[in-house]
Amino acid sequence: MRLGPLVFERRSAPPWSWTLVVSLVAVAIALAMAGVIFWSHGVSPLRAYGVIFSGTLFNARALPEIVRNAIPLLLAGVGLVLAFRALFWNIGAEGQILLGATAATWVALFSPIPDRVKLPAMFIAGFIGGAVWGVIPALLKLRFAVNEVISTLMMNYIALYLVSGLVHGPWKGPEMRGFAFTNAFPDTARIPMIADTRIHWPTLLLGLALAAGVAYLLARTRAGFEIRVQGENPEAARYAGIDPLRTTLLVMVIAGGAAGLAGVGEVGGIHHRLLDPTQISLGFGYAAIIVAWLARGSPLAAIGTALFLGLIFASGDVMRVALQMPARVTDVFNGLILFCLIGSERALYWRVRWAPGRAGPVPTRAEAVASETPGGDQ
Amino acid sequence: MPSAQPPDRPAPPLLLLKEITKQFPGVVANDRVTVEVRAGEVHALLGENGAGKTTLVKVLYGIHQPDGGEILLRGKPVRIRAPRDALHLGVGMVPQHFLLVRRHTVAENICLGLSGTRALFPSRQVERRIRELGDRYGLGVDPRAPVWSLSISEQQRVEILKALLRGAEILILDEPTSVLTPQEAQGLFAVMRRMTEEGHAVIFITHKLDEVLAVADRITVLRKGRVVDTLPARAADKRTLARMMVGRDVEFRPARAPTAPQGEALRVEDLWAQNDRGLPALRGVSFTVQRGEIVGVAGVAGNGQREQVEVITGLRRATRGRVWVLGQDVTNGNARAVLEAGVAHIPEERLRAGIVGAMSVAENLVLRRYRYAPFSRGPLLNPSAIAGFAQRMIAAYSIATPSPRLPARALSGGNIQRLILARELSGEPALVVAAHPTSGLDISATEQIHMLLLRRREEGAGILLVSEDLDEVLTLSDRIVVMFGGEVMGIVPAAEADRERIGLLMTGQRP
Repeated sequence: MRLGPLVFERRSAPPWSWTLVVSLVAVAIALAMAGVIFWSHGVSPLRAYGVIFSGTLFNARALPEIVRNAIPLLLAGVGLVLAFRALFWNIGAEGQILLGATAATWVALFSPIPDRVKLPAMFIAGFIGGAVWGVIPALLKLRFAVNEVISTLMMNYIALYLVSGLVHGPWKGPEMRGFAFTNAFPDTARIPMIADTRIHWPTLLLGLALAAGVAYLLARTRAGFEIRVQGENPEAARYAGIDPLRTTLLVMVIAGGAAGLAGVGEVGGIHHRLLDPTQISLGFGYAAIIVAWLARGSPLAAIGTALFLGLIFASGDVMRVALQMPARVTDVFNGLILFCLIGSERALYWRVRWAPGRAGPVPTRAEAVASETPGGDQ
Repeated sequence: MPSAQPPDRPAPPLLLLKEITKQFPGVVANDRVTVEVRAGEVHALLGENGAGKTTLVKVLYGIHQPDGGEILLRGKPVRIRAPRDALHLGVGMVPQHFLLVRRHTVAENICLGLSGTRALFPSRQVERRIRELGDRYGLGVDPRAPVWSLSISEQQRVEILKALLRGAEILILDEPTSVLTPQEAQGLFAVMRRMTEEGHAVIFITHKLDEVLAVADRITVLRKGRVVDTLPARAADKRTLARMMVGRDVEFRPARAPTAPQGEALRVEDLWAQNDRGLPALRGVSFTVQRGEIVGVAGVAGNGQREQVEVITGLRRATRGRVWVLGQDVTNGNARAVLEAGVAHIPEERLRAGIVGAMSVAENLVLRRYRYAPFSRGPLLNPSAIAGFAQRMIAAYSIATPSPRLPARALSGGNIQRLILARELSGEPALVVAAHPTSGLDISATEQIHMLLLRRREEGAGILLVSEDLDEVLTLSDRIVVMFGGEVMGIVPAAEADRERIGLLMTGQRP
C-alpha cells in the first residue's frame, strides 16, 4: 500500500523501538484529544499542560505523589501483565484491591494477632484476599466456561458493595461520629512512610520485587514456560500436556494477590481505615489495565508505565486545585489513553518506508532497479 | 506505448512475463524470470518452496511491484500496480487462503466489490450468472448457501467463480490442491480443463509432480528464483522434473531394510469416540502396530482418522474401548501420560498445534520435554541445556534458521516440520504417531522426513502413519489400515496392496 512517497508493508513481529514509537504517538493523540476537554472548560490546553507538568514533574513536593500513585498501579499492573500473558483477561483488579484492603482491615482492627507481626500479617491476609477473589473467576472459566471478562468485572461490583456494606454496617467505627468509616488503625497497623511524603516504602519495595520476580518466573522457570505456552497457543499447550487449570490458577493467585497487596498499601499506608470503596481505590484496578497494556507483556516495563499512570493520577489533583476541574477528569484521561492504545494496536504490524518517485510513467528497468534497491527499510 | 504489431510476425502470446526481477532484503526471489502463457493452456509453475513461484504471480497480480522486467499482455506492455488493475486486465487469482465472508451467502460474497451491479439486492441479480457459469465449468454451488456451510473445495469454487465473474481470462491458482482430497483435486482438474477449452489460460502453481503431469499442458520449472526450463508436459516425466526442481536425483522409493518384529508398540481394541459435534466418529476400531513396523492409515479425510489420532495421543476421550502403548493401558489418559509412556506425536496442523510461533526455535524444540531433566532442574529451566540441545538438533536435522533464538513462526513450513520431527524423534520414542507428516511440504523436505521415519522404524519404533497421500502410505507402510465411516474396512499387508483395492476399501466397498 502506498500513500504519496510512503510505502506501508505488513510485518509479523514489531521491533521494540517501533512499539515504543507507536505507544508514544497513541498517548500523544490521547493528550491532544483531552485538550478538547480543557478547552471546553474554558482553559487553554497549552496552559493546562503547562500547569500540570510544572505542578507534578517540576515540583519537588509533588514528585513523590507520582510515586505514591504508582505503588498500587505497579502491584496491580504487574499482576495483570502476568494474567494477560496467560491470555486470562482479568478486568477484576479493582475488586481484588478492595478484597485485599478488607482482609488487611480485619487483621488491623478485629484479629487477635499480636502487634509485633501485625503488618506482615496484614500483607499476607491482603494477598490471600485478593488471590481468592482472582481464583473464583479462574475456576468458573475452566470448570464451566464462564467468560472471565464478565465474571471478573461483576466480581468488582460484589467487592464494592461488600466494602460499602461493611463500612455502613457491622464495621462502622463508633469513634467516627456517623461517617461511614471503620475506626482508625492502631499505630502498629500503619505502614511506615518516607518522611514528608505519602510513599509507604514497604509496599513500594514489594511492587519492585514482584516485577522482578514475575520477570524471572516467566523467563526462567518451568511454570513460566507453561504460562507462556498457554498464553501464546492454548492448542499447543494441550498437545504439550500442560494443565490449563494449574497454569491459570497460579497466574490468578499471583495477579489477584498482587492487587490485594495494593489494597493493603492503600488502607495501611494512606487512609489508615477502611472507607468508601471509591475512596480506597480511585480506579487503580482499571488504570492497571493500561499499565499492563503499555508494558506490552514485560513485567519490568510495568515499573515505567506505572510511573507514567502515576503522573496522570497526580496531575488529577493539580487539575482539581489549580484549574478547578472535576477530579474525575483523570478517568477521562485514562479512558482516552486506553482507547488510543488499543486503536494503535494494528499500526504495530505495519512498517512505513520512504520510497519516493514511483508514481508517474513506467520507469525503464534501470530506473526501476535504482529506485527499488533494498535499503532505507525499517 | 508501442502497440502496433508488425504484420508478418505471429500473434503474440496472451501473456509474457519478461525478465521479471524481484528482490527482497537479502534474497532475489525472482531473477530475470521469463514465462510465456498461451491462451487455452494450463501452464504449471513448478518449484520447491521458496523457488519464487508465489512471488512471480504476486507480481503479475499487482501485489508486488517488480524491480525489473516487464509484463506484456497480448504483446502490449502493461503496468499492474494493484489487484484492481490486474482484474481490469483480465487476470484473476484464487489465493491459497480464501478471502470470503463466512456469514454471507455465496452470491453476496461474489457481489462484494463487483462493479456494474444494482445498488439494492445485487446478489439476486448475479445468482443467475453464478448458476450459468457453474453449469458451464462444472462449478456447481448453491448461490444462496452461506459460505460457512460449504466444504473447503466448495469455497474454492466460489473463489474461482468470483474471478470468472470479474472477467478473468487468465486465472492464477496458487497451490489449489493443498487443501483438497485426491478426489476433490480430480474435480478441480476437470474444471481447469473446461476453462482452457473455453479459451482461458490457467496458471497452476504446485510442487506436486503427479498433478502437474495429470493436468498441465506446459510446465515452467523454477529453482532458487530462476527459470530452469519450460517444457511441454508430454515430454516430461516425474524423475526429470524432480531433478530440475531440486537440482539432483530424488529417491521416490527410499530403501527399506527388513526388520524383525520386536513386540507390540500399540494395541487399539474396539475403540469408539465422538467428533467435535458429538456424532460418532470411531466405531469399534481395532488394530496393532508392532515395533519396527510402519502401519499406514489410508482413507478419505473425515472418516475418523483425526479422532483416532487424538484418542491415541490423549487429546480426545474414548467412549468405549482401550488403547495400550507398550503393554501399558493409556486409555483416556491425558496428553502428558501418553507422552510419558513413550509416544511421539507429529500433529496434523503443525502451525496451529505443533509449535508456539511467538516462542523461540530452542524453546519449541523442548516444547514437550521442558519439564524433564536436563532441561529443568526442580522448578527452574536450564537455559544452557536447552541452548545446547537446540544447537545439536538444528545441526542433526538440518533446520535452516539463522539462530536458535528466532521465533519459530519465522521458519518455512519444511523447517517447522523438521523442528517438530527433531523434537519428537530425538527422545527415541517407542511409538510415533505421525499425522499427515508431509502435507504441504516440498520434495526435499518430504524425502528427508520419509528417511527419518524409516530410520526410526529400523531403530525399533512402531510408527502409525496417517496420510491422505495414498502414494506415501503405499511407499512407507508395512501394513495398511483402510478406514471408512469410522470403521476399519480392512488391514492389508503392503506387499499385497494395490491402489485399486485400497481405493475400493476407502469408498466403503469390501471386495
